[in-house]
Amino acid sequence: MLSFILRRFLSAIPTLFLVVTISFFLIRIAPGGPFDLEQPLEATVMENLKRIYNLDKPLIEQYGIYLWHLAQGDFGPSFYLRDFTIGDLFARGLPVSITLGSLALLTAVLLGGTLGSIAALRQNSWIDYVVSSFGTMGLTIPNFVIAPVFQIVFGLMLALLPVGGWNDGSVRNIILPVIVLALPQLAVVARMIRASMIEALRSNHIRTLRSLGLPTSVVVLHALRGASLPIVSYLGPAAAALLTGSVVVETIFALPGVGRYFVEGALNRDYTLVMGTVVLVAVFVMFFNLLVDILYAIIDPRVRYE
Amino acid sequence: MAQGAVIPTDTMVGSVKGRSLWADARARLFRNKAAVVSIGWLILMALACIIGPEITGHRYDQIYTEYSRIPASLTAYPKPEQITPAVERIGSRLRAKPEGIAVEGDTLRATFVGQRPIDERSLAFFSRSDMFGEAQVTERGEEGRRLTVEVPIERRHFYFGTDTNGRDLLTRTLFAGRISLSIGLLATFVALVIGVLYGATSGYLGGRIDVAMMRFVDILYSLPFIFFVIMLVVFFGRNFILMFIAVGAVTWLDMARIVRGQTLSIKRQEFVQAAEALGVGTKGIIRRHVIPNTLGPVVVYMTLLVPKVILLESFLSFLGLGVQEPMTSWGVLIADGARNIQGAAFMLIFPSIFLVSTLFALNFIGDGLRDALDPKDR
Repeated sequence: MLSFILRRFLSAIPTLFLVVTISFFLIRIAPGGPFDLEQPLEATVMENLKRIYNLDKPLIEQYGIYLWHLAQGDFGPSFYLRDFTIGDLFARGLPVSITLGSLALLTAVLLGGTLGSIAALRQNSWIDYVVSSFGTMGLTIPNFVIAPVFQIVFGLMLALLPVGGWNDGSVRNIILPVIVLALPQLAVVARMIRASMIEALRSNHIRTLRSLGLPTSVVVLHALRGASLPIVSYLGPAAAALLTGSVVVETIFALPGVGRYFVEGALNRDYTLVMGTVVLVAVFVMFFNLLVDILYAIIDPRVRYE
Repeated sequence: MAQGAVIPTDTMVGSVKGRSLWADARARLFRNKAAVVSIGWLILMALACIIGPEITGHRYDQIYTEYSRIPASLTAYPKPEQITPAVERIGSRLRAKPEGIAVEGDTLRATFVGQRPIDERSLAFFSRSDMFGEAQVTERGEEGRRLTVEVPIERRHFYFGTDTNGRDLLTRTLFAGRISLSIGLLATFVALVIGVLYGATSGYLGGRIDVAMMRFVDILYSLPFIFFVIMLVVFFGRNFILMFIAVGAVTWLDMARIVRGQTLSIKRQEFVQAAEALGVGTKGIIRRHVIPNTLGPVVVYMTLLVPKVILLESFLSFLGLGVQEPMTSWGVLIADGARNIQGAAFMLIFPSIFLVSTLFALNFIGDGLRDALDPKDR
């Protein structure tokens, strides 16, 4: 197992390298630059700016410089949000996004798992239909519809919760964004758990447990073990996406997370910010894929990594 | 289906009819009520979006400045209580006071009394307004200081209300449906073509080529999806058709994986070996024998991809990267509605109902197809 993890870490390096290379050149070929304003800057100012940020050097050299700094863990200064380095921005934003994302993930897994299992146990009953249609609803209603509706209902009409803001992570401020983030994932988890639980409940070892007269809770636990495999592999990328923040939720609820940096960076040609977020997401994706593989081996003893 | 599987039915009159996978699947699909209702709904929606904008009586980009953000209503505008203020507004332009405003059916009668003679040319203000037609002078008195006019009232229906610019929301919603649905279909088609060809080639060739091709897919996978789309939008500009292609070019990855998995199992089967033995080329085998047999899961994935693409488009529109004004899509309308949710909730509700019901229908069809094509679940 350990050697497997080590090998995965080593094989992640070339992938990461390729991802960095592709996105570095992709954003550089894109028309426009970080200092293109509505009114063009004076030529000498532009030249100075370019020199400071090493933009006057040939592209290959810039690429080399960037890689060298990146290898030392330095993401460089932001072009657009001046006075900040990318490291600073992540240090401020990541805790926010990770808090929201992990809470949403937890909600989705616990609630979605429970709902899906109940639906599977009572297949074709009214509970099943409610869960199924709820699942479809969670998949089809975009979060930028749900979020303003929640703001109006809970924030303004009922005046229960604040409509936005971070407020140092106070519980009341977190509730709405976490629900909005969790709903689509919850729907997917409930649907998947339902489908795989139905299959698992029909399998031979579960039938044996039932015939032995074990209580339902024990049967469900055993069935869940088998049924959770597809969800685990779904949750890997989903967790990476959730923990690195959502543009929509962070924009609508005015939260200082890292999700906005994708769009902001790409639109303003903030090269270092874009590269930073790309690396961040890639690292998260790879880490969670590794985690999924390890969890797989723990849940399913037939899976072996040599 | 492979070419050889086609049964010449005309020579088999009277004999037992074989049940192909597709006939079987179709029968099972039509037994699924949710799927059938969804198909009907989708056809209705498509028809409404194609024909609707032509018969609502408004153009999608027609602006009625006097009807900005008016709520949805089944009765025609202008409402009785809107007429008097409108006439008074025009009166102030004429430098005259309106008296005895009376509405009979679709005509308005009013008498304007001014301090000085009223310039009859200013009556053009009536026809410039969105509420009235050409004004006719029926009576002149007091040396032109008193004018009695008859004006036809132009009745307009705004069943869904209007947006902030005073454009009919019903027309815009239907027009947006055209764009959203065609983006969904076209982008899915692009994803389908790239994904199927790539996946089938990779799976069939196998070996090192397969590893390299799939590694490439993996790398694209670890690039943040949004970043990729934004880059494509930045490159191609906010062009309508290129948007389809860009979105399609991003969503083909799953398709390629699914098709590759299918291909790996198909290429070991006898009919492929037979084709190889008969000397059919690689291209021919992939096109004739491999791709048709991967269609089941591909069709299912496709129906589920259309709603995903529509959602993605609306997400991009929400960020302001999607379709540009005066063109519109459901995403644009919803983003607009979300901004005006206070005071004009109908601007969010109507487009959302259209979008969500369409996505619902597509999902039900996808689920129905999956059940219908699943050989395990008979």
